[in-house]
Amino acid sequence: MNQSPNLNSYREGPDEDGRFGIFGGRFVAETLMPLILELQAEWDKAKTDPAFQAELKHLGAHYIGRPSPLYYAERLTQHLGGAKIYFKREELNHTGSHKINNCIGQILLAKRMGKTRIIAETGAGQHGVASATVAARFGFPCVVYMGATDVERQAPNVFRMKLLGAEVKPVTAGSGTLKDAMNEALRDWVTNVDDTYYLIGTAAGPHPYPELVRDFQAVIGTEAREQLMAAEGRLPDMVIAAVGGGSNAIGIFHPFLDDKNVRIVGVEAGGKGLDGDLHCASLTAGSPGVLHGNRTYLLQDADGQIKEGHSISAGLDYPGIGPEHAWLHQIGRAEYVPIMDDEALEAFQLLTKLEGIIPALEPSHAIAEVIKRAPKMGKDQIILMNLSGRGDKDIFTVGKILGMEL
Amino acid sequence: MTARMDKRFADVAAEGRPALVTYFMGGDPDYASSLEIMKALPKAGSDVIELGMPFSDPMADGPAIQVAGQRALAGGQTLAKTIQMARDFRKEDDATPIVLMGYYNPIYIYGVERFLDDALEAGIDGLIVVDLPPEMDDELCIPALAKGINFIRLATPTTDEKRLPAVLKNTSGFVYYVSMNGITGSALPDPSLIGGAVGRIKAHTKLPVCVGFGVKTAEHARAIGASADGVVVGTAIVNQIASSLTADGKASAATVAGVETLVMSLASGVRASRLAAAE
Repeated sequence: MNQSPNLNSYREGPDEDGRFGIFGGRFVAETLMPLILELQAEWDKAKTDPAFQAELKHLGAHYIGRPSPLYYAERLTQHLGGAKIYFKREELNHTGSHKINNCIGQILLAKRMGKTRIIAETGAGQHGVASATVAARFGFPCVVYMGATDVERQAPNVFRMKLLGAEVKPVTAGSGTLKDAMNEALRDWVTNVDDTYYLIGTAAGPHPYPELVRDFQAVIGTEAREQLMAAEGRLPDMVIAAVGGGSNAIGIFHPFLDDKNVRIVGVEAGGKGLDGDLHCASLTAGSPGVLHGNRTYLLQDADGQIKEGHSISAGLDYPGIGPEHAWLHQIGRAEYVPIMDDEALEAFQLLTKLEGIIPALEPSHAIAEVIKRAPKMGKDQIILMNLSGRGDKDIFTVGKILGMEL
Repeated sequence: MTARMDKRFADVAAEGRPALVTYFMGGDPDYASSLEIMKALPKAGSDVIELGMPFSDPMADGPAIQVAGQRALAGGQTLAKTIQMARDFRKEDDATPIVLMGYYNPIYIYGVERFLDDALEAGIDGLIVVDLPPEMDDELCIPALAKGINFIRLATPTTDEKRLPAVLKNTSGFVYYVSMNGITGSALPDPSLIGGAVGRIKAHTKLPVCVGFGVKTAEHARAIGASADGVVVGTAIVNQIASSLTADGKASAATVAGVETLVMSLASGVRASRLAAAE
C-alpha cells in the first residue's frame, strides 16, 4: 500500500469556508446565502447519520445497481499492447451514467430539508435524466434547464426527461449550452427560495456543492479500489477520467489521492484545438476567475468576460471546472490534458468495435487518452479508467458527423 | 470614505424626501450615448447614480439587464471603459455619487488593488458587487473600505434577524434592500410589506435604506419612497433605452431624451412621496 500519513493528506479539503487552496468559496447573491448555509447544516448532519447512509446504500444497491462492475478490457489491452486496462462500468448504472449517484444523494437531502420542488441544469442531458428520474421516484415536480443548442443535439434525453414528468426549459441566452442553463437555474432558485432545491449536477458551484457532489460520487473510486485489490492484489498505476465540471473524475480520483504512486490524469475537451476558442480546456488553457459561486479555472477574456466553450460532447461543454480539480492542478497532484473532438470520435468507434461497448462521447475522451498512454506502459502496469456513461444518447451526433443516415 | 455619498443623503433628507437612485448599464448601447445618458440623469432629478458594469453571466439579473449587458459588451465596453465613463462624468459633475454595480470576476481579473486605485481616482464613491456576500468580505469589501470606497450591501427578504447584523457589519454608504426574492425586473411587491422590512433594517443601522426591484413608474416611486430613504430604479430605465434603439440596435434621438423624461417623472414621484405619506 502506498498510503501516506494523514499530515500530507490530499483528501481533507475543503476547509470550513469551502476552499481548496485559493479555489472554491461561496460567491453567491445574498438571497441565496441563507439557503446554502442551510444546505451545509443539513449535509453536515446527514453525512454522519447512519440512517441516511443506510438509505443511500440501499438505494445504491437496489435502484442504481451498485456496485458497478470493474471490467478488464482484454481486447483493448491486447490491441494497444501495453498496460492492462480496467474500466469502472458506471455506464451500466440505472439511467446510463454516474450522474445518478449524486442525484440519489441530493434528493434524500432535499427530502430531509422539506423542499417540495427540484430544479436542475443539464448539458448532455445525463444529469437532467438522472434528476428527472429521482424526482419521479420520490414524487417531486422537477424543472430542468437546458441550453437550446443542447436540447437540439441531445433530443433522446430531452424526450426521456419529459416521459419522466420533468419540465424541460430551453435556455436561449448566450450560446445556449451548460453555462447558460446554470445561470438560468440560479435565477429560478433566487426567485423560488422557499420551496425549491437546486440539484447541481457537477462538483462545482458554491460550497457545499463541490464537497457533497464529490462525496456522493466517491463511491466510484472506493468500489474500484476494492475491486482492483480483489482482482489484481494491488492499486493501479494510473487513473484516468474525463473532466467537464469534473464529477465523475473527482469521484474516481478522490479515494486514490493519497496513494502517491497512483498517477491521476484528467482529460479535458480539446474541441477543435487549443489555438482558438473552440475548446473547453479550462485547466490547460484557462486562468483562475470567479463564476457560478466558486473560484476556479475559467475560459475568459482579458476583461474577465466568460467565453463560450466548444466540445463535440455536450457534457464537457462548460467553460469552468470544479474547484477541487483547479486545486489538484495547481499543486500538481493531478495532471490534466486535452483530447480533441476527432480523437474522441476515433476512440468511441474503436471501443465499440473491440469491446462491444458504446461509450458516451464524454468518456470517449478518457479512452482516447488511454489509447495514447497504454502502449507506452509495461504489460505489468495497470490503468483504471472511469467509463462514466453509455453512448446511446450520442448515436445521432456521431451518425451526423460520420455521414450516416439514421 | 468619499464625502459625496453621505453629503448627498444628508441633503436629500434635509429636503424631507427620499433619494432617487438610478441604474443604467455602462456602455449600452455604445460609450458615447451611455455617457450622455449618465450626464442627463442628475439633470433630470437623479440623486445617486448606479453605473452598471457589464458581465457575460449576470446570474441575478432578469432578461432586460442581461440583454443590456450583451449590447454593451458587443459595443466594446470593458471595465476600464466603465471606470473611464465615471472619470468623464466627473469633469462636469463633482457632487452626484457614483456607485459601480456588477459582478466580481471582471474586477478580480482587473486586479483588486489596481481597480480600487483607479476607481477612487476616477471619482467613484461606492461598489455593489452582487456575488460577494459577507462571507467573502476579504476579497473586495475590506480592501475597498480601507481605501475609502463605500461597499454597499444588498439585504433581501431571506436576510433574517440572525443574519442581518453580519450583512450590515461592513456596509457603508447605504443599504440596498432588494424588496423581493428574485431577479431584477420582476413585478413590484406590496408597498405596505416594504415599510415593515425597512423598519426592521433601520432598527439595526443608521445608514440610509434604499429599496429597489420592481419600481417602474412615478406612482411606484412615490409609494416606496413613503417608507424608504431612497428608491432604486433600474430595469425601467434599461427598458426605456432598449425601446428607443433603432432596428440595428443603435442609439436614436429618443435614447437620451426618453431616459430624461422617465427620470423626471420618477423624480416627481419621490418628491411627492412624503407629502402623500403625511396626508
